[in-house]
Amino acid sequence: MSDQILNSAAATDAPLAAGDTDAAAVSVRGVNKQFQTATGVVHALEAIDLTVSAGEFVSLIGPSGCGKSTLMRLIADLDDPTSGDLTVFGKTTTQARLDQDYGIAFQQAGLLPWRTVAANVALPLELHGVASADRRSRVANLLDMVGLTEFADRFPDQLSGGMQQRVAIARSLAEQPRLLLMDEPFGALDEMTREKMQTDLVRIAADTGAAVVFVTHSIPEAVFLSDRVVVMSPRPGRISQIVPMQLNAIDGRQERSDNLREESSFFEMVTEVREALHGGASDSPGDEPRQARGVDTR
Amino acid sequence: MTATSANAIVNGRSGTGARRSKGWSPRTESTLRIVAPISFGLIVLGIWQLLVTVGGVDDYLLPSPTSIVAELVEFWPSVVSATALTGTNSLLGLLVGSLIGILFAAISARWRIADQMSAPIVAALAVIPIVALAPVLNSMFGADSQFGRQAIAAIASFVPIFINTLRGFRQTKPVHRDLMKAYAANSGQMLKSLTLPTARPFILTGIRIASSLAVISALVAEYFGGPRGGLGSLIATSAASSAYSRAWAYVGASIALGLLFYLATLALERLVLRRVPTGGPR
Repeated sequence: MSDQILNSAAATDAPLAAGDTDAAAVSVRGVNKQFQTATGVVHALEAIDLTVSAGEFVSLIGPSGCGKSTLMRLIADLDDPTSGDLTVFGKTTTQARLDQDYGIAFQQAGLLPWRTVAANVALPLELHGVASADRRSRVANLLDMVGLTEFADRFPDQLSGGMQQRVAIARSLAEQPRLLLMDEPFGALDEMTREKMQTDLVRIAADTGAAVVFVTHSIPEAVFLSDRVVVMSPRPGRISQIVPMQLNAIDGRQERSDNLREESSFFEMVTEVREALHGGASDSPGDEPRQARGVDTR
Repeated sequence: MTATSANAIVNGRSGTGARRSKGWSPRTESTLRIVAPISFGLIVLGIWQLLVTVGGVDDYLLPSPTSIVAELVEFWPSVVSATALTGTNSLLGLLVGSLIGILFAAISARWRIADQMSAPIVAALAVIPIVALAPVLNSMFGADSQFGRQAIAAIASFVPIFINTLRGFRQTKPVHRDLMKAYAANSGQMLKSLTLPTARPFILTGIRIASSLAVISALVAEYFGGPRGGLGSLIATSAASSAYSRAWAYVGASIALGLLFYLATLALERLVLRRVPTGGPR
């Protein structure tokens, strides 16, 4: 497992490790994204190359405005790139979206307030015509996985923010996707809840074997969760460095527990990502402050 | 012993009541909510009766409540049939106006060009003088057709329903739209699972506002001609023949009909929105 992490980390452009017949979960080639605004053209992303292998957990980190959310939206086919090529499991992003190859969760839980917790989790299954008996058992399993079985009949406004976010994560897993896209899903949560959710997510991702693209602005969060951390810099949004996570005595991600947060290897990785972030800021020309803004070092 | 425990219960109740604004128990409060307006109404009626009988206000100027009630009893079958006719006209107008309003709002929400095209027409409909339109429609559709009256009720109900529904259709949140796109939902599923439920409270508010308007405009349309029958035309003929008490009796029936419509749509709103949190969609 650690070998595989090293391989995929060593050369992001290289095809998958030998013996892996599956296409990469996500492949991004020379992607640019420009927004036309009232004040001119904004280069949200420039020359992005990134490969995420099947089952790999990759975090996108960077200060506000570095295009990390935009990149995730491009992968999800919620926006179109200005130029460049994106594929998800070897298909176009549109085809992957139509085939429901990915699950998605946003910073806002985005639950439908007129549906119960169970009905919210069932929504994607309903939309794709899963039979109701099958649907019920899948929803029961998912709610069990996120520990909300006894809240199945509640409405979202009766739940705390953390519980709502867990419902959203259960919903994103409803179709048993091989790829999870998460845009700061824990951004609005308090620190205690956040650490609990991170630990849960590590377990869930390992259980389901799904690849994850995780957008965050918290360095410890990225280090704790990821196989690789993609450090981005703003204006124009670029990948400044990709840092593979080498955490001592950890064979696989599923082994990660709260103890990891207190190990020296964890702090070394936090430092490495922080330096990558600050180094990235100095790359950009002009009056950019050296300190990367909007990045949590908590 | 029993007395003390009863006391304790009473105290306990008044204790919880004290946290409320007036210091009454919930039960007293809900009783008062019903009793207070009724007794106030009775007092007003009593003063009115006194003014007419003792105070010497001319019965021609202001008929007494008792004479109005006497007329109501005497002409009860006619009151009932007229109320039923006006109620039918209003209801048909409300139903048709609602359907067209919701349909047009859906079209306007879907295609911006339709919205831009319809905006001036809707503004014109909103200020249309029913008083002027009623005789025109009555002569268009003949003296024995109720259609003109129903059409006027429909036009009057269309406007608030269209405006509220269109606003409701625009309340969907970006995160919900992204989610539906990520689920590859087609436009029918989008409407059924997201747009309509989001707009539901707005549509119901529109219908509630329109319900009173439908009754009022049907009455006005009846008042200004067309076939005999209907509360509006009976008010007109009673007033024309100086039977003011009878006219007031029909006015009373009109008020009752308007309230019935309002309460029915309010109950519909409560029933449908019972389970939806007041915080609105999020």
